[in-house]
Amino acid sequence: MKKLNNFQELEQYRQQLKKQVAADQVVISVCGGSGCLAFGGEKVAAALEKEIKKAASVKVQLKLTGCHGFCEKGPLVVIRPQGILYTKVKPEDAAEIISETVVNQRIIDRLLYKDPVSKQKITKEDEIPFYKNQKRIIFGSNGFIDPTSIDDYIGIDGYAALAKALKGMKPEQVISEVEKAGLRGRGGGGFPTALKWKTCRNAPGEPKYVIINADEGDPGAYMDRSVLEGNPHSVLEGLIIGAYAIGSSHGFIYIRHEYPLALKNFQTALAKAREYGFLGKNILGSGFDFDVQVNQGGGAFVCGESSALMASIEGKLGEPRAKYVHTVERGIWDKPSNLNNVETWANVPIIINKGADWYARIGTDRSKGTKIFSLVGKINNTGLVEVPMGVTLKHIVFDIGGGIPNKKKFKAVQTGGPSGGCLPESLLDLQVDFDRLTDAGSMMGSGGMIVMDEDTCMVDVARYFLNFLKDESCGKCTPCREGIRQMLAILNRITEGKGLEGDVEQLQEMSGGIMDAALCALGGTSPNPVMSTIKYFRNEYDAHIRDHKCPAGVCKALVTYSIDPQKCIGCGVCLKNCSSGAIKGAKKKPHKIDPKKCIKCGICYEVCKFGSVKRS
Amino acid sequence: MKKAAVDKIIDSYGADRSQIIAILNEVQDEERYLPEETLKHIAERLKLPLAQLYSISTFYRAFSLVPKGKHQCTVCMGTACHVRGSDRVLSEIERVLKVKSGETTKDREFSLDTVNCVGACALGPLVIVDKEYHGGASPNQVPTILGKSKPTAKK
Repeated sequence: MKKLNNFQELEQYRQQLKKQVAADQVVISVCGGSGCLAFGGEKVAAALEKEIKKAASVKVQLKLTGCHGFCEKGPLVVIRPQGILYTKVKPEDAAEIISETVVNQRIIDRLLYKDPVSKQKITKEDEIPFYKNQKRIIFGSNGFIDPTSIDDYIGIDGYAALAKALKGMKPEQVISEVEKAGLRGRGGGGFPTALKWKTCRNAPGEPKYVIINADEGDPGAYMDRSVLEGNPHSVLEGLIIGAYAIGSSHGFIYIRHEYPLALKNFQTALAKAREYGFLGKNILGSGFDFDVQVNQGGGAFVCGESSALMASIEGKLGEPRAKYVHTVERGIWDKPSNLNNVETWANVPIIINKGADWYARIGTDRSKGTKIFSLVGKINNTGLVEVPMGVTLKHIVFDIGGGIPNKKKFKAVQTGGPSGGCLPESLLDLQVDFDRLTDAGSMMGSGGMIVMDEDTCMVDVARYFLNFLKDESCGKCTPCREGIRQMLAILNRITEGKGLEGDVEQLQEMSGGIMDAALCALGGTSPNPVMSTIKYFRNEYDAHIRDHKCPAGVCKALVTYSIDPQKCIGCGVCLKNCSSGAIKGAKKKPHKIDPKKCIKCGICYEVCKFGSVKRS
Repeated sequence: MKKAAVDKIIDSYGADRSQIIAILNEVQDEERYLPEETLKHIAERLKLPLAQLYSISTFYRAFSLVPKGKHQCTVCMGTACHVRGSDRVLSEIERVLKVKSGETTKDREFSLDTVNCVGACALGPLVIVDKEYHGGASPNQVPTILGKSKPTAKK
C-alpha cells in the first residue's frame, strides 16, 4: 500500500473500498473477544473457514472480529446482511451453517437465542433485548470490522474525523468542539476532557506528550481491552486528533501486559497507520507530525494513576506523587503530558465527525454521551453494554442484563471498582451518570458493574476490596499502606466472628483519616467500599458482630454444614466427593457430617441433588 | 538464558531504559523467572544500578525472582469471580497442591498464582492452567482441572 499523501487521496481510497463491497455480500462475523475465544471461538472460525472453502458455489467473507459484547452466549456468530445471530456455536455446527443458512437460506433453530422471559426464539441480533436496549456508538463497530484491517476501518468512515480536523479546524476549534460536546474522562474521575487539553496546550514547556491509559486494572471491568482488541484504530484516531489539538508530536500508550491480544492488535494498527501515512511526518499533507510509542505495564494496579503511570513510562517505579503539581503541566520527564483512557480517546472521532451538538444531545445535563459498562457477577446476560448516560440501574440490570439467575433476589450492584461502592435495591431507579453515582456514595470509575444477589455477603465484599487494595497499595504513603492494613485486620476479625462492638465506628473513623491524608486517588477512595456497605448494609455488619452469623452464608468461620436426615436418601455422592473425609453414612441411609473434620469447602452443598445439605 | 539471547531482547527495544518493563516481561516469559545473572547483565547493558532493577522486579506482579513450576495455575480473583465463589476454588486448589498462592510445589510441577481480573467475567469463577481457560469452576472440579487423579477420601 502506498502512503496517502493528502485528504483527497484518502477520500478516493475510501470510495474505492466501499465500491468493492457488494450490498448482498454474505459476511460471517465470528466474535474473537476474549470471552468468546475462551469458549472456543477460534476453533469455530477455523471450522467455518474450512467449510467455506469446500462450498465453492458461494462467496462468503469470514471475519474474526473483536468483542460483540454478549459474552454470556459465546461463541457468537453473526451472518450478514440479514443480521442472523447464532449463539453458543460449536465447530461441529459449521457445516450446517454454511449449507443450511448461507446456501439454502434456512435458519438453524437450535442455535438461536431464546429469550428467558418470553421463551421466544429470536433470529436477529438487533432484536434481542440485550442489544436492542443499548446505544452502541463506540462499541457497535466491533462486530463489523476485522481489527487487524485498516481498510475495514477506513470503509466505515475511519480517519474521516482526523481528515476533517486537520483540514478545516484549528487546534483551538477542536478543543472547543470537545468542550461543547461535554466529554468527560471515562477512566474514573470524570474530569472535563477539553479543560485538560486546554491546560496542557497552554502549559509552558516543549515537547508535549499525549498518552493512552490502557492500564485497565479495575477487577470486573474489561471494556477498554475490548475496544482496543476490537477497534484499535478508533482509539488511535482519537489520540492523533488530541495530539493535534494539544500541539504534541509524541504519543504513548501504556498497556497492561495481561492484555496480549490488545497489545498485538494495537501494534498492528500502529504499523498500518504509519504505512498509510496517518502517523509520521506531514500527516495527510497537513504539515502535522506525530508518532506513538508503546510501553508495557508490569501488573501494578497503581500504574493506572496518572503520575504513577508516567513514572513507569520513564522506567522508574510506578509510584504516584502528590497532586499539587499537575501532570498536564509537568508529567513525563517534567514536560506537559495529557493522559486520557482508551474509551475517552475513542469518543473523540465521533464528536468530530458528528459534531458536538449531535453528541451533547445524548446523556444528562452534566454527563454527555454514552458509557460502556461491563455487566458481570450474578447476572443472566454477562457482557459489555453501552448505554446513554442517565439510564437507570434497573434498566441496565433487568432490561439489558436479564436480571438475576436461579430466581435469586437482587441485593446490590457494585460500581467503580475498588474505589467505588455498593448500591442497594432502593437505589435501582438511580440515573447512572458521573455526579449521581458520586452523590450516592459510589462512583462511575471505569465502568465495572458487578451485580450481587442474596447469596453475596456485603461484609465479605468490603473485605475483598480492602484485601485487593492492600496488595496493590504501592506503599509510598503511610495512610494508604498502614491504614488499609489495619482496616482489613478489623474486617477479617468481623468475618471470622470475632468482631467487637465499636468496630464499625472504628472503621468509619479510619476511613475518614485515609480519605483526607492519602497521597493519590487510589488511596483516597480506598475506604469507599467499606463506607458504602456500612451505609446501606449496616444490618449485615451487626449480624456478624452481635449474632456471629453470616446471613448470606459466605463467611467460612460463621457457617456450618449439616445434612437434613429427612431429605437425605443416602446416595453417597457427598461422601465420595468430600475431600476431608468428614461425611459418614451407610448406603441408602441418611449421612452425617462430622463438624470436627469438616473444612467447610462447600463441595457437598454443591453436589447434593436433593437439597439435603444445609448451610447455616 | 544466554547473554546473546538477552542482548537480542534488549536491542529489539533499542536498549531504551524506558522499555525496562517490556524487556523484563520477555525474559520472564522465556525463563519463567528473572535469573540474577540476567538481571546483572541487563543492568550493565542499560547502565542502570542493579538496585533499581531489583526494585522494579519486586514492585510489579508480573515478575518473579524464583523459578516457577512446569505448569502455571492461575486463579482469577476479579470481583465477578469473587462473588461467584472463587476463593473457595482457590482454597481447594491450595489444599490439593499443598501450596499457598504465590508458591510453587516442591516437585516444581505447579506454580499457583492469583490474578486480579482477566476480563473473562462471563466464565467466572475462572481458573487458567497453562493458558487454558476453565470457566464455571467449582471446588469439586479442582482435581479434574489440575489433571490430577482425584484424592480418595479417608474412610
